[in-house]
Amino acid sequence: MTTTLVALAVVMAVVIGWLLRQTLGTRPWADPRTMAAGDPSVAGLPMPSIKIGLAVFMTVATSLFALSISAYLMRREGADWRPVAQPLVLWFNTAMLGLGSVCFEWANRSARAGRAGGVTRGLLAGGACTLLFLAGQYGAWRSLEAAGYYVTSNPAASFFYFLTALHALHLLGGLWVWGTTLVRVRRGAAVRDIRLSVELCTAYWHFLLVVWLVLFGLLLFT
Amino acid sequence: MTYVPVGHDATDYAPPAETQEPELYHPKTFIGKYIWSQDAKVIAIQYSITAIGIGVVALVLSWLMRLQLGFPNTFSFIDPSAYLQMVSMHGMIMVIYLLTALFLGGFGNYLIPLMVGARDMVFPYVNMLSYWIYLFAVLLLLASFFVPGGPTGAGWTLYPPQAILTGTPGAGWGIILMLVSLAFFIVGFTMGGLNYVVTVLQARTRGMTLLRLPLTIWGIFVATILALLAFPALFVSAIMMTLDLTLGTSFFMPGIISQGKQLDYGGGSPVLFQHLFWFFGHPEVYIVALPAFGIVSDLISVNARKNIFGYRMMVWAILAIGGLSFIVWAHHMYVSGMNPYFGFFFATTTLIIAIPTALKVYNWVLTLWRGNIRLNVPMLFAIGFIFTFIHGGLTGIFLGNVAVDLALSDTMFVVAHFHMVMAIAPVLVVMGAIYHWYPKMTGRMLDDTLGKIHFWITFLGSYAIYLPMHYLGFLGVPRRYYAMGDTYFVPESAQSLNAAITIAALVVGVAQIIFFYNLVRSYFKGEPSGGNPWEATTLEWQTPETPPTHGNFGKDLPVVYRWAYDYSVPGAEKDFIPQNEPPSPGAGGAAGSHA
Ligand code: HEM
Ligand SMILES: [Cu+2]
Repeated sequence: MTTTLVALAVVMAVVIGWLLRQTLGTRPWADPRTMAAGDPSVAGLPMPSIKIGLAVFMTVATSLFALSISAYLMRREGADWRPVAQPLVLWFNTAMLGLGSVCFEWANRSARAGRAGGVTRGLLAGGACTLLFLAGQYGAWRSLEAAGYYVTSNPAASFFYFLTALHALHLLGGLWVWGTTLVRVRRGAAVRDIRLSVELCTAYWHFLLVVWLVLFGLLLFT
Repeated sequence: MTYVPVGHDATDYAPPAETQEPELYHPKTFIGKYIWSQDAKVIAIQYSITAIGIGVVALVLSWLMRLQLGFPNTFSFIDPSAYLQMVSMHGMIMVIYLLTALFLGGFGNYLIPLMVGARDMVFPYVNMLSYWIYLFAVLLLLASFFVPGGPTGAGWTLYPPQAILTGTPGAGWGIILMLVSLAFFIVGFTMGGLNYVVTVLQARTRGMTLLRLPLTIWGIFVATILALLAFPALFVSAIMMTLDLTLGTSFFMPGIISQGKQLDYGGGSPVLFQHLFWFFGHPEVYIVALPAFGIVSDLISVNARKNIFGYRMMVWAILAIGGLSFIVWAHHMYVSGMNPYFGFFFATTTLIIAIPTALKVYNWVLTLWRGNIRLNVPMLFAIGFIFTFIHGGLTGIFLGNVAVDLALSDTMFVVAHFHMVMAIAPVLVVMGAIYHWYPKMTGRMLDDTLGKIHFWITFLGSYAIYLPMHYLGFLGVPRRYYAMGDTYFVPESAQSLNAAITIAALVVGVAQIIFFYNLVRSYFKGEPSGGNPWEATTLEWQTPETPPTHGNFGKDLPVVYRWAYDYSVPGAEKDFIPQNEPPSPGAGGAAGSHA
């Protein structure tokens, strides 16, 4: 559970830090006029709600993955734990997901600069890389199976399937938003109108890349 | 002692509008308005009715359990398996499907937009989905009563290995439906939770700073954050247990011989499940408690006609409790054979969490002190809550100490503890809150006399049920036992006590009919309430229409000039000043009175 606690501590540090900034400066009873100028909680909220929504969702996902990792580390203490040889294809997959993130970043920058072509190409390439990643993950499952590691053979294998599936499901959710964005692009939506969606996808992809790197590291080194 | 007029933060400044008002979704049909509704108020009522409906099922289960305990060998339809199934379903329904859903889905949806001055939740569509997924989870759970083998009998804690072993009631269909239903509940809740958090952060009206939020909103807000972070633990354990059950993995299942047969499991860790479960389970108790804390603070302040004592301290106490509640979980596992140093650590953190909790209690009492108290029904329930909560909190401190807990764990004392603190206390708040906000929801008052009868029976009756239960615990009467058998250390007389408890439980149960009758009758015949019957300051009482219509605030959103607790401000005309009333020059206590 230490892993989870560390992750949660970080989350809480951010929340508390933010709240302190919001609240410590304000003293509701002292001088009323201090509220007027420069109060961060009143002054403009240019941030679209959906962005905050995504940030909150990613925090929930962080908690979910941190807990799964905690479970992994605790279960690993068991006497029956036999590490699984990681399929080589995982390296290729990791590269694909990294590339996907780069492509989304490219789409995002193009969107900010108003370059429609870059957006479309970035989105298409990013989605393609992600699909390759997922296909590769499936390949990893097949090769584990071929090597005789079924879901039930051994706890390490069970966790391998569990963690990769959990991660893949999150990516599929992202791909759904990616798909709707792409459809809008195809239907000729202006860059201005899809900028936000592209930005959200990009943030989410970076997040899932980081999650994957952590999971991959965990699978490799334990 | 000289009185310094209570300063308050009225300012004549309101920040300019930053963003345009959001487009509201306007449904045209009846179905769009009341069934597939995206209006948080309708969703709130859908959530509340569903939660209370399933809660009544759990209540009936508890009567059946009590009948068995009070009068063993009398009711042939309650066999040991059925008893265990009732215990399990009762606990899970009450904690998750009733209280969590009602406080966050019900009160959260109704009160957040109205109290922060928003037209609706920020993601209404997701909000609607949240309710339908919740309903689906409830239906799955109900379905488990009708599948072969019946619902699970593993206890609400669902500990493996026994939860999924044949021999435990409902080990096939029942437990699967339970786990899947929980997973859906969590998905649905997450959708709602995103809404509650983001709405509080983003949709507050002009002038509604964080430190002007009513404590109700603070309680719901922080509870939602806890839930968003803690429910994943239940989610992970539910999925892993499902895999153990269906695919035969060994996440939690150790090598085990069941009914003479060696099973295929091996090496799994039941204690891992306990860690995950309680990592969710302890925050869960505060997910229920924090909204109750918030609502009680507001009920007390309104009806004592005084500002809440130590508002900022109350906010920080809520946050501190929220944070600390993540590092006390293993106090539920003292008897799991863990390292004694862990026990020491968790006992310490458990006792620390009592500090901010006690602080809140002091502040409620100090708010009452010398208040101009209106002892109406919501106030009675709020004060009743203080009693039962203190009571349960104190027994919690007993249980938090390893040495004491080893003896008391798994006895009726634990049952008494958590019912005082997590069943009676929050339920009193729920009822107080319904008496308080019903006029806003319907435009009519609930009947006062019926309310008072309802309160006294419920309050005194609860004590009649749970006080003796502490004593049974001391005697060593175990929890979750169908019958006592010949236990040499439990005296005969324990049985008469059990019978008395059962009678009290039935009386309290029947008394709830008064409440439901009142709810229905007042809807048609209640005295019209007007917009602000309690003379309260918060925004939901200042809406142009009662009940508030789609969009909540008519043409213009309110602008907030002050905190939520301007009651009995010296020199002010009335004894309350609504949050959206601009300070008039020279009015009492206003801007800069003691700068
Ligand atoms: C000062 C505060 C509290 C302390 C020190 C405390 C301590 C404890 C301890 C040590 C146990 C485990 C007993 C055992 O199983 O042997 C326990 C059980 C429990 N507590 Fe508390 N508690 C506190 C407040 C609360 C609150 C506020 C709630 C709910 C709103 C709550 C709900 C529960 C529940 C539901 C259980 C039983 C769970 C089960 O075994 O099924 N407690 N408490
Ligand atoms: Cu606890």
